Amino acid sequence: MAHAILLHAPTDDVGVAVRDLKKGESVGAVTLEGKFVANVKLIGAVPLGHKVAMRDLAKGKQVIEYGRVIGAAAQSAKRGAHVHTHNLKTLRWTK
Amino acid sequence: MSIKKISARKSFVRPQDLKFTGYRRPDGRFGARNYVLIIPVDDLSNAAAEAVAHNIRGTMALPHPYGRLQFGDDLDLTFRTLAGQGRNPNCAAAIVIGIEPNWTNRIVKEIEKTGKPVAGFSIERSGDHKTIQAASRKAKEFVHYATELKREPFTVKQLTLSTKCGESDTTSGLASNPTIGRAFERLADAGATLIFGETTEVTGGEDLVMDLCANKTIAAQFKAAFDDYQNLIASQGVDLLGSQPTEGNIRGGLTTIEEKALGNIQKAGRCKVVDFLKPAQEPRKPGLSFMDSSSAAAEMVTLCAAAGSVVHYFTTGQGNVIGNPTIPVIKLCANPLTVETMAEHVDVDLTGLLRIEINLDQAADLALQMLERTINGRLTAAEVLRHNEFVLTKLYRSA
Repeated sequence: MAHAILLHAPTDDVGVAVRDLKKGESVGAVTLEGKFVANVKLIGAVPLGHKVAMRDLAKGKQVIEYGRVIGAAAQSAKRGAHVHTHNLKTLRWTK
Repeated sequence: MSIKKISARKSFVRPQDLKFTGYRRPDGRFGARNYVLIIPVDDLSNAAAEAVAHNIRGTMALPHPYGRLQFGDDLDLTFRTLAGQGRNPNCAAAIVIGIEPNWTNRIVKEIEKTGKPVAGFSIERSGDHKTIQAASRKAKEFVHYATELKREPFTVKQLTLSTKCGESDTTSGLASNPTIGRAFERLADAGATLIFGETTEVTGGEDLVMDLCANKTIAAQFKAAFDDYQNLIASQGVDLLGSQPTEGNIRGGLTTIEEKALGNIQKAGRCKVVDFLKPAQEPRKPGLSFMDSSSAAAEMVTLCAAAGSVVHYFTTGQGNVIGNPTIPVIKLCANPLTVETMAEHVDVDLTGLLRIEINLDQAADLALQMLERTINGRLTAAEVLRHNEFVLTKLYRSA
């Protein structure tokens, strides 16, 4: 299967769509070095450049990309869901 | 997978093998361009500077909105930035025009230290007409001087360049920024002088920048500048949510400042940060220096030009169209939608990375080959499209 999601690190919680992905598609996720990580079934549409959940993310969970924390889940997100400003928030500048 | 074929190739472009030619300046530095600049000291002198540039072929004015009633560090930065354009090796000779002679001469004197031809003119007690006439005569002389200079070979050890990303998206962090990281690692190893910065935009990865610092002093200087800006934000009773990430970043898929920062920092690769610089300060040693700077594209590139960078790598995701009058800005992009819809702005197409048709080492080859061509005279997309964004960084309100 042609890859459609790229990962910075194999263990990241989110990957990046390298083309517009449709709900219901099953696509491969690979690292930039071409290492296969998993197949993911999209449960919603994800535009090019936006993130896809690689696993179920519980509300409040710290979300990992680049092998590092990039924020916390503001809403729970299922594997294959679009992850963006509606369900992921920064941990910086929060009062 | 095709990746195996790629990995089998062992030799990659080495910066020390690139053939650079440029203009040797009296201070020994080399320029990739050969401008006669007309530098207004203040907003009031823009009209005269632009008139001279209009009269005299081969000159370029750098109009800007400041230079009056500034004080302290803010004034020093304006002086450093204006003088820095004239000092930049891409400038063969400079005309400085100000409303009065004192501040005009301060800038002239800074440029004079490089040994290149420079002349100052002030408008009070002459008026625009006489100033334009006198400055035009001198500019004509300078153009004759500059146009007889010849390109000479120079080495990567004599090269200063800079980088910054803009309108970033996830493809920046995945592909175009790590490409610069790889290229910078090779350039640093080969003895080039490199500048990066964007003080607020490393928020969430500031510890990674500190880890790159060659020693504790540099790490502490970086952290002090970083904290200083965070405190400035807090002192305003606000945060940068809504500005960082930008609306463009969010449209491109970046969600949080941490994510943006982690992508941004890829540009440094695994280079050691060998020095910490004030805004617009010229690097003191080869290797990668962190320059305290805004993350706004035109401000940051203008500061790099002031610091003596002669060419700039600018990575973009969503399609920042920025250029700079003094230094060529090489635009690199890995987002296929941007490369398709904004092709005229892109110098290096890195979309092959997303398709895993090329790897980062090959992408760095493409970046280095374009660096060589640009230094040797190929105009970048931003130059051809007349993107001459010259923007001073203002530290605080004028008096």
